[in-house]
Amino acid sequence: MNLVQELPEVFETFAEQRRNSFLTVKKIKEQGIPVVGSYCTYFPTEIAMAAGAATVSLCSTSDETISAAEEDLPKNLCPLIKSSYGFAKTDKCPFFYFSDVVVGESTCDGKKKMYELMGEFKNVFIMELPNSQRDAVLPMWKDEILRLKAYLEELFGVEITEEKVREAVKLNNDIRRAMKNFYSVMQHEPAPIKGGDLFKVLYGTGFNFNRKQIPADLAALTEKIEKEYADGKMLDSRPRILITGCPIGGVTEKVIRAVEDNGGVVVAFENCSGAKSQDRLVDEEAEDIYEAIARRYLDIGCSVMTPNPNRLELMGRLIDEYQVDGVVEMTLQACHTYNIESSTIRKYVTTEKNIPYMSVETDYSQQDVGQLNTRITAFLEMLE
Amino acid sequence: MNYIGIDIGSTTAKTAVLSEDGTLLFRKVIPTGWSSKEASQNLKELLEANGFSPEACPCVATGYGRVSVPYAKRQVTEITCHARGAMWLHEFSEGTIIDIGGQDTKIIQVAGGTVQNFLMNDKCSAGTGRFLEVMARALETDTAGLCELSAKGGGVTISSMCTVFAETEIISLVGRGEKRENIAYAVLDSIADKVAAQAKKMRIGEGFLCLTGGLCECEELKASLADKLGQEVISHPDGRFAGAIGAALSGMKRRR
Ligand code: SF4
Ligand code: SF4
Repeated sequence: MNLVQELPEVFETFAEQRRNSFLTVKKIKEQGIPVVGSYCTYFPTEIAMAAGAATVSLCSTSDETISAAEEDLPKNLCPLIKSSYGFAKTDKCPFFYFSDVVVGESTCDGKKKMYELMGEFKNVFIMELPNSQRDAVLPMWKDEILRLKAYLEELFGVEITEEKVREAVKLNNDIRRAMKNFYSVMQHEPAPIKGGDLFKVLYGTGFNFNRKQIPADLAALTEKIEKEYADGKMLDSRPRILITGCPIGGVTEKVIRAVEDNGGVVVAFENCSGAKSQDRLVDEEAEDIYEAIARRYLDIGCSVMTPNPNRLELMGRLIDEYQVDGVVEMTLQACHTYNIESSTIRKYVTTEKNIPYMSVETDYSQQDVGQLNTRITAFLEMLE
Repeated sequence: MNYIGIDIGSTTAKTAVLSEDGTLLFRKVIPTGWSSKEASQNLKELLEANGFSPEACPCVATGYGRVSVPYAKRQVTEITCHARGAMWLHEFSEGTIIDIGGQDTKIIQVAGGTVQNFLMNDKCSAGTGRFLEVMARALETDTAGLCELSAKGGGVTISSMCTVFAETEIISLVGRGEKRENIAYAVLDSIADKVAAQAKKMRIGEGFLCLTGGLCECEELKASLADKLGQEVISHPDGRFAGAIGAALSGMKRRR
């Protein structure tokens, strides 16, 4: 990465990473490297990496293909599922096109049933994710990881050795640490950069196929931000917002904009686009590395789990560490798990952490931008 | 120094002028029509004709058309303004405000004189002034007429929460020869139902509860809400100006 550039340019490079990787993925395929696509944070990337495959997130973030998806799927389904299915069906996503296999998990009902339909035209491997995080279900999830391992070995004609798995674990942990160090710059008050720019880096990094390079790139960027901060380059003091809820990206970045165009700053993302997917590490020293991987992924605090204490634990920690003034939860229309859990989150945030909370329900259209602005501005006025 | 508030709602545009010592000097409501810009220009001319210059004093705009008021110094959301205006009108600092606007319904909880929590209905006109307007039209009357009619009605309910379906339901009720009074009653009852459900979702609890917005003079609606929420619902004759008054107060607050 060229760090002679000014920060805004660096952020733009990250913002364009996804599009630029369209070409990279083609090149990768031409070199004979297999590609594994996934939709969810529960996907144990390490196994695919150890198989020598490149991994890519297929989660779709635009409404372009929703109408095509609605030919097969019901209208009142979460837009993330519809859009993802639509891109797959219309073959409009190069990452999907180049994926040798798509790995899905039995997370929410909508996704798992959608995978069934997707399986009619694509190689789909479904892992059975337990509904809870009890010790009793850990062996089952570990078995699923081993089943994935065997499947990939067979599909790609490779052997996934423990050594390679440990190597992948180490690299991914390094990436997670670097990510965490990077987003920790937002602990400063006033904040050094805008949450929108922070997001570009979090999101763009996920599409960097040169994974070994990520820790160094992020470390350099973090250092640059810290240095400029020490020189007095920062935002003015404004209400500090934590975003939680369903994954954000593409069109739903409208929520980040609504916060930052109206006088607030997003200092932390608790959702899958942020801390939820980075916060936990795999125990590198564990004797049984597969069990350690299973534990790490099973413990992700997503609303598909019942109960879901880890989401509250992480959120509480972020609220304290990032001096959060208010929590905005974004839920997608028809996402039952997050929409229902929002009542638990509201209670936790307002009575345990004693700060204001607001939830906004949205979809992949631009229709509600006006109302989003009004509601979020009112929320910010309340924090003044 | 006078303070001017402009509230451009989806159906009506309002203005209120407060003096330095907090007296309501002037207020006026006009239909918004199809253009918020034009409505804000008309309000400006009205203000000037009455000796108030929005350009010479702090003027704050609110409401969904708040960005279409070129002469306003600032914009503040309708949530904050309604809360401030309602607290000023009713002289309270802790309680709940229900505002049934043309486009949306807001439920705002205040304590210590500031907004603590609020809820705005999402992208659906059921339970809003718009719903009432559409239904009034189907009954060939206006909103005030519908309120009056409903006082003499009862016994009928409409089950559809969606405006489009509810309208069809009403048309079939009319076709069946149901009395207009009873249909009007059913319409108000359905709005009250929807709004009360939202209020319950917020767990507003007991305490001061007031209704602002264009429907605050509809006694039948107030009674129905009070019945469903099990507590008294207060309103003020100037309740529809709560937003504009709150905007004027916001100008005053900033100044001090
Ligand atoms: S929110 Fe839950 S189901 Fe969705 S991507 Fe994240 S972990 Fe997976
Ligand atoms: S946002 Fe909700 S409904 Fe949509 S895929 Fe994620 S968990 Fe499922």
